[in-house]
Amino acid sequence: MQNPETGTAVLSVADAPELSEGRKLLRRFLGQKAFTLGFGLLALFIAIALLAPLLAPHDPYGQDLTARNVPPFWYAKGDWVHPLGTDPLGRDYLSRLIYGARISLLIGICVVIISGVVGTTMGVLAGYFGGRIDMAMTFLVTTRLSMPVILVALAVVAIIGSSLWIVILVLGLLKWDRFAVVMRSATQQVRSLDYVAAAQAAGASTTRIILGEVLPNIAPHLIVVATLEAASAILLEAALSFLGLGVQPPLPSWGLMISEAKVHMFFSFWQIALPGSALALLIFAINLAGDGLRDAISPEGRN
Amino acid sequence: MLGFILKRLGLALLVALAVSAIAFFLLRLTGDVAVAIAGEGARQADIELIRKTYGLDRPVVIQYLDWLWKTLNGDLGTSIYFKTNVAPLIIDKLPVTLILGLSSLALALAISIPLGVLAAIYANSWIDRVALAIAVVGQALPNFFFALILVMLFSITLRWLPVSGSQTWQHYVMPTIALGYYAAPAFMRLIRAGMIEVLSADYVRTARAKGLPAHKIIFKHALRNAVVPVVALAAVQLGFLLGGSVVIETIFALDGLGYLAYQSITYKDFPVMQAVVLLLSVVYVLLTLLADIANAWLDPRIRVA
Repeated sequence: MQNPETGTAVLSVADAPELSEGRKLLRRFLGQKAFTLGFGLLALFIAIALLAPLLAPHDPYGQDLTARNVPPFWYAKGDWVHPLGTDPLGRDYLSRLIYGARISLLIGICVVIISGVVGTTMGVLAGYFGGRIDMAMTFLVTTRLSMPVILVALAVVAIIGSSLWIVILVLGLLKWDRFAVVMRSATQQVRSLDYVAAAQAAGASTTRIILGEVLPNIAPHLIVVATLEAASAILLEAALSFLGLGVQPPLPSWGLMISEAKVHMFFSFWQIALPGSALALLIFAINLAGDGLRDAISPEGRN
Repeated sequence: MLGFILKRLGLALLVALAVSAIAFFLLRLTGDVAVAIAGEGARQADIELIRKTYGLDRPVVIQYLDWLWKTLNGDLGTSIYFKTNVAPLIIDKLPVTLILGLSSLALALAISIPLGVLAAIYANSWIDRVALAIAVVGQALPNFFFALILVMLFSITLRWLPVSGSQTWQHYVMPTIALGYYAAPAFMRLIRAGMIEVLSADYVRTARAKGLPAHKIIFKHALRNAVVPVVALAAVQLGFLLGGSVVIETIFALDGLGYLAYQSITYKDFPVMQAVVLLLSVVYVLLTLLADIANAWLDPRIRVA
């Protein structure tokens, strides 16, 4: 560290296999058709969400009572003014579906940020310090896992009232368990490695070791858990909204759209099938991408 | 073994106590219960009266200890909406949810054991890929959407099954499929991974070398060992299924604990809400306790750790 020349020399030696390893990893990513498909689909959903105002043919909240329950274009009564038809209030279904992608992705990302910060903090502290802190964390995780997420979320939302941000906050504060468990074991593995011992010997502070040595090395696991947890958060929001205790009308949440269409599912099942398929496709994409990432990180776990 | 059980039992008790505190305080601290019970447009005097009637004017800790003591004695209070005792109400609904949970678990195992075994024996073949596809789709389809597809198919188009209710066994068919399908992928992955590991183990190779027929090796030697972790997962999954029953029972108006939970939540029926959250959580604590003990019994290596 003192001598910049030795420092560079050491770095370059260590870097050479690192780089090729990274390239191998990338090739393994792209070599996997499933991962490519999942990631491509996910990128498509993100693009749709970002470009919603440009892509949506109509205002997702604009009602037109003269054009209610218009079926999609493949039905005889359908037309191209509303390619995917309209809902019972005459709102353009395609536009609502496009804006719905924003809600699902927002939920997935924000919930994972909250639960990721909570869970990673707990997991890293427990894994690094062990002992009593570890026991306390194990107890907290066991307690949290004993309570069904959906039931607790429903109860809390019913009491404090429901809105998009409350749903995000409640789910974020409930779903940290997997982050804590995975980050704990990842930290346990990393902390016994030579470079942590080296940093300790060099007199680095604990904060610095955790932020500078441990976190960057467990980051790949963090990303995998974040992906899979985002999918689960999106499904939970959809279920809450479906039960009427999640995102509130007139927001175009896919779960809420299914709930609104349920009453007359006998006549227009497509109003359920479209948001349902959008949800399934998004979850499918995230899961494929997440599984692919996991396999790439831990080749031994591929079977 | 006894030491392990005692240690595990202690943890379970502590967790159950923590769960009871959370079930109680979560509902108290997130809002004024009296205001919520009184509903919109209630006068201040009404709210005060409700506070007195339900003992909400006492310190929260006293209320919790009082509630805990009564709960331990089987007194779960009076339902605000149903106007009856909560305990008999819950006991009344419990069988429906138990039947649903167990039949879903049975269905999940019936799908996943054969598929998992086949996927392991013919790893990387088309059977493996079909099994994987079922697992991937199962994890992606939202369960309420899947349930509505089943209703559309079996009730509306084919007219084979009733849409909602819980009077006959036919009422359980669709909820069981909708719920059980979601538990299957986890089992399938576990069984496939376990079988692949076991099939390459020395004792299986020995059995092969002895010339034992393939079916005997697979069922008598391999599956028996691959199935050990499934026991633990089954207990955990049953807990998840009980939680998932909230959504599924509500869709099919299946009159069990899950539907009761949903009703109590929409009617802000706090005593029922608390009781259901507590009961489902304690059942989960018990299931994981049993799973850990069963695992330790099946695999002595765990007892030491």
